[in-house]
Amino acid sequence: MESKQSELGRVWHYRRFIAGTVLREFKGKFNRSILGALWLLLAPFAMISIYTLVFSHVMNARFSGAAGPYSYSIFICAGLLPWQWFSELLSRNVGLFVDNAGLIKKNNFPRMALPVINFCASGVNFLLAVLVFLVFLLAVGQWPGWPMLLAIPLLLLQSAFASVLGFFLGVLNVFFRDVANAMALILQFWFWFTPIIYHADVLSPRVAGYLALNPLMPVFQGYQGIFLEQAVPDWSALLPLVAFVAVMLPLTFWFYRRVGAEIVDEL
Amino acid sequence: MGALSVAGLGKCFRVYRSALHRLGAWLGLPVRHEDRWVLRDISFSVQPGESVGLVGRNGAGKSTLLKLITGVMAPSCGQVQVSGRVSALLELGMGFHPEFTGRQNVLMQAYLQGMSHEEVAGLMASIAEFAELGDYFDMPVRVYSSGMQVRLAFSVATAVRPDVLIVDEALAVGDAYFQHKCFDRIRRFKEAGTTLLFVSHDPGTVKSLCERAILIEGGRIMRDGVPADVLDLYNAIIVPEVASQAIGDLARAEGGGLRFGDGRLHIREACWRVHGQETVALTAGQPAELHLLVEARESMVDFTIGLLVKDRLGNDIFGTNTFHLAQEPGPLAAGQCQAYVFRFPVLNLGPSHYSLTLALHASSNHLAGNYDWWERAITFQVVPEEGNRSIGVCHMPVQLERTATPERAG
Repeated sequence: MESKQSELGRVWHYRRFIAGTVLREFKGKFNRSILGALWLLLAPFAMISIYTLVFSHVMNARFSGAAGPYSYSIFICAGLLPWQWFSELLSRNVGLFVDNAGLIKKNNFPRMALPVINFCASGVNFLLAVLVFLVFLLAVGQWPGWPMLLAIPLLLLQSAFASVLGFFLGVLNVFFRDVANAMALILQFWFWFTPIIYHADVLSPRVAGYLALNPLMPVFQGYQGIFLEQAVPDWSALLPLVAFVAVMLPLTFWFYRRVGAEIVDEL
Repeated sequence: MGALSVAGLGKCFRVYRSALHRLGAWLGLPVRHEDRWVLRDISFSVQPGESVGLVGRNGAGKSTLLKLITGVMAPSCGQVQVSGRVSALLELGMGFHPEFTGRQNVLMQAYLQGMSHEEVAGLMASIAEFAELGDYFDMPVRVYSSGMQVRLAFSVATAVRPDVLIVDEALAVGDAYFQHKCFDRIRRFKEAGTTLLFVSHDPGTVKSLCERAILIEGGRIMRDGVPADVLDLYNAIIVPEVASQAIGDLARAEGGGLRFGDGRLHIREACWRVHGQETVALTAGQPAELHLLVEARESMVDFTIGLLVKDRLGNDIFGTNTFHLAQEPGPLAAGQCQAYVFRFPVLNLGPSHYSLTLALHASSNHLAGNYDWWERAITFQVVPEEGNRSIGVCHMPVQLERTATPERAG
């Protein structure tokens, strides 16, 4: 049955299915609601409003030297929105096989379509949040301009990381369902282990040393730099993460090839 | 196109006592696991245009075999080779999304089969027409009955004539009208050269649709041949067990009250026999015998044996008793066991499932003295007669004759 077509070719052949599934997910979410897709915009709007209100007005938090009353909420949103994408993509990929058991058990289709679906569906969520964020930046007069395109390679890198790691854990989760539960917890710790809500400068040197072990930290510092100061990210600091993805990718494929046949048996 | 061959196919599930044991095994620890072979040494090949019925009891491995053939599951050993476009109806529902309309689900299902947008658009009208869902086609699938879901699923899976069509029992849910419509389409596909692989518990369907049948038992091919032979074997060794289980299920479903009476007379055994062999599958239009063994716990001079055939829904189909037949089953001495046979020279029941209720009572009716009333003593099936198919519960001999045509009709 295994066709001679490459897996990538097969995924491309199923692009309609991928697009349809992504679209259906959004439609399904708002099928019997009145506001419908508006909810997708309201969620990030509420989040940005809360952080702005709480930190800029109620707590009056500001960075020394940074301009504008909105610097803190820009700082938070620049990190929080990509983190939410990262977190959603990773956890969706951990549930990749288990959550799609019905589909996998009944249809012969390229399974690689599933991580693509996850990437697209969570990506749309992210883009909508970014849209709201950009409107906010425009409104408060902090439009970052062209430097914000520098965030694109960072976003691609974090998605590659979330996809590869998530896929690996997703395969593992078929056999050990603890993985999904553990990841839900780990993601919470990981969030606070990454300077998103707080600035790395406020940490004691000892804690900051531990934090440097977090490969995602330079990515998020990159976003914050871009949106706050239109700064170019420190590309060299990303090397550990790039190396991790480069090693993890073949490892994941090897692992998948080895146990892939057993996946359907365990679902 | 449409050839299918399977060689040395086997499927083994590796069963660990727990996830912890599996983890140990993965880490190289000497952990014991059980290899559960659900299919072994399966080899057969199907020529293009041939139609093969897979029969076997629940858990024999039929569905697993179909999953291996469609590529949903990977075999542990052996090879599967399929040429041409395969369309499969595995299990019920095909994974329709309940919140979406039939139309939206059709679209997704078609994409999942690798169809393009244009192809689906061109087929949508004919899919809707065949499924006959009317306004329901644009309503969410959650409001569908299971029969409607099957109609939709079949309609999508067969929208384009595949080279190989694989159907797993799914049609059993539909109503008779739609079943016939489906079989009609399957037959037309067959004539056009589609290879058919069909799983069914219903010997009648296999007989009428397939020119070859494969009996799978315990994960192995037990018999591969013409349906009549294979089904005879199936009936002889497998059906009794399935049927007794079905009766048990029914008894449980009925929740007691299945058998009552004062017990002065007792039906020890009751079974259908054809050519001297016990069976629960009879053939329409053929002879059949109902064998009873009655035990008298007291001496009994005069009594009546009654029998009543009911259909699946519990409607009375045929009933009679020894009083109406003007027969005397008695007298019986206390402790005596007596065998009786009701001979049906021609069984005029149509193909379907039936139950048989038996009664021993005092006179022409059971009100005077009820010794043993056994509701659904036997559940059995009637399969179509070779070359003389009919529908309905009644199988009547009928002939067509060309007669002199009256002048005015010309």
